[in-house]
Amino acid sequence: MPSDPLVAQHVLEFPGGYTRTTGPVIGRFLTELRARRIVGVRTAEGRVLVPPLEYDPETGEPVTGEYTEVGPAGTVKTWAWVEQPLDSHPLDRPFAWALIELDGADTALLHAVAADNAKAMAAGMRVWPVWSDRPTGHITDISHFAPEVTKIVSNVRAEYRLQAGGALRTFLEGVERGVLLAGRCERCAKVYVPYRLNCPECGQSLGDTFEVPDTGTITTFAINNLPDPRAPEVPFVSAYILLDTTDIPMIALIGDVPAHEVRQGMRVKAVWVPESERTASMANIRWFAPTGEPDVELS
Amino acid sequence: MRDVAIVAFAQTRHTDHDTGLTEPELIAPVINEIKERTGLRRFGFTCSGSCDYLAGAPFSFVSALDALAAWPPISESHVEMDGAWALYEAWVRLQHGDIDSALVYGFGKSSLGDLRTIMTLQLDPYYLAPLGLDQLSYAALQANAVGADRAELDEIVRRSRADGRGNPYALDLPEPDGEDFAVQPLKKTDVPPITDGAAAIVLATGDLATRLCATPAYIRGIAHRTEPHYLGLRDLSGSASAADAARAAGVGKAPVEVAELHAQFPHEEIILRRALELGGGTLINPSGGPLAANPVMATGLIRIGEAARHIHDGRARRTVAHAASGPCLQQNLVTVLEA
Repeated sequence: MPSDPLVAQHVLEFPGGYTRTTGPVIGRFLTELRARRIVGVRTAEGRVLVPPLEYDPETGEPVTGEYTEVGPAGTVKTWAWVEQPLDSHPLDRPFAWALIELDGADTALLHAVAADNAKAMAAGMRVWPVWSDRPTGHITDISHFAPEVTKIVSNVRAEYRLQAGGALRTFLEGVERGVLLAGRCERCAKVYVPYRLNCPECGQSLGDTFEVPDTGTITTFAINNLPDPRAPEVPFVSAYILLDTTDIPMIALIGDVPAHEVRQGMRVKAVWVPESERTASMANIRWFAPTGEPDVELS
Repeated sequence: MRDVAIVAFAQTRHTDHDTGLTEPELIAPVINEIKERTGLRRFGFTCSGSCDYLAGAPFSFVSALDALAAWPPISESHVEMDGAWALYEAWVRLQHGDIDSALVYGFGKSSLGDLRTIMTLQLDPYYLAPLGLDQLSYAALQANAVGADRAELDEIVRRSRADGRGNPYALDLPEPDGEDFAVQPLKKTDVPPITDGAAAIVLATGDLATRLCATPAYIRGIAHRTEPHYLGLRDLSGSASAADAARAAGVGKAPVEVAELHAQFPHEEIILRRALELGGGTLINPSGGPLAANPVMATGLIRIGEAARHIHDGRARRTVAHAASGPCLQQNLVTVLEA
């Protein structure tokens, strides 16, 4: 009820901030941070406390004057994921809090870890500090920690000139005319499409080409969610189609049907581009589309 | 040791919002109720627990004395901790032997500010507070370290809220619903409700105890222990200090019928059951516990009062109360009560 005159905003604040002395031990740690080094202090029993304290929490004894550089990398012991950062948090995007045991330390440092999402966090993961641009001697001189580099992105691109000769040329010349050419192995009694020179089973030369129908049955299929320049949209379906009268399925796109309706045994027919646009390329067949015939029982 | 007993306990009907009452106005009905029930108008010692940061006003606990009738001058003290620690101080004071009664109270209005970030102000100012580490964030770190089964955690929240609905002083919270995280792995339903409230207890020794109460709840053991403040120095998956306090208070010397645990989050209940070695025969937080009403700075004292109430009512002969303070159960106070 902001309009209620009896409700007031009240702020508790120390103008300019509250000045605190650090003492020699915390002061040394913060001074080293300003120089972008992380140090721990050794206890009388030989443990390294990071961040340093003046007294060993286990024994109550004063720590030794021995400071030792630790990290900069460390191992996450436990963590929590903040999906909605508060104004007071070190990062303004989703991040993790973590207890980080820096290399060489016997205790864990609490700080923020910048990770892409909660799934990127795990106990045991390695993290490295990311320093603020202008260290001043404050725990926030470490802006945050970031996961160890475990992968990079490699760009791969090479260009080739491909030429269809032999059986592929014969097949594509057929496609240019709007027909699918097959070959038969007399010994194996199998019909192969696309046309090929030799039977892949027995090695015998196949006889003359002949046309097979551009209708067939889906034997299996995959729903693809990664874009492909040959596909109209994502998701798209690529399928094995057993063309009628042939024995070996051919791979092709399926179209004109929602991906979730595609099924094994579905009857399909090639959708050709208009004759005026045809070339000696498989692009002549846009995709295969359902014919509406009853499904076929696959053997 | 002198036998000290809890002879009376009173609490407000806690609210999930600011009713506009001042702190003295919040406390006064509870103090008046406990004075009427015991017939005592003056006490040998008075001690309270509260936190000025909740109201954002320095020395706000001083004005709370207006609820007490503090003139002519009374012997009085205050702890900037949960009222449970005020009870500890009163118990120590009663051991001196020169007085036979004490009034203890705790109060807090966590509705006035943002409790989650106000709790940042209790943290070490060099290493933790500057990071803006908040109450739900450090609780989530501990929840992950415990790694408890989600179904077990959900059941603790469900049971606590159901028990709270049966407790006229606790809040009426619905069956927990929703999977949203507050800070992963802490779910929003794992977070205790913002609550305003107060509670008071009267301690008495010797003949006075039996005169004031037919069934006094005698403090047979009381101990508190602390751990390092900095979270990186501790094993957050357990609570060594709660276990030490429980041993020192003698929790395991006999079966425990009821335990009231200051577990603000469900994973804290799991830690505390293990630390106090409470088995299946112990009823945990039949009041609903902090997940059903969490008037900060009174929540721990209410655990002691609820544990005593079972003995006052004759429903139990041996109960245990636990109170906690600091981030991730840093400090733990365990009280063993017997008929």
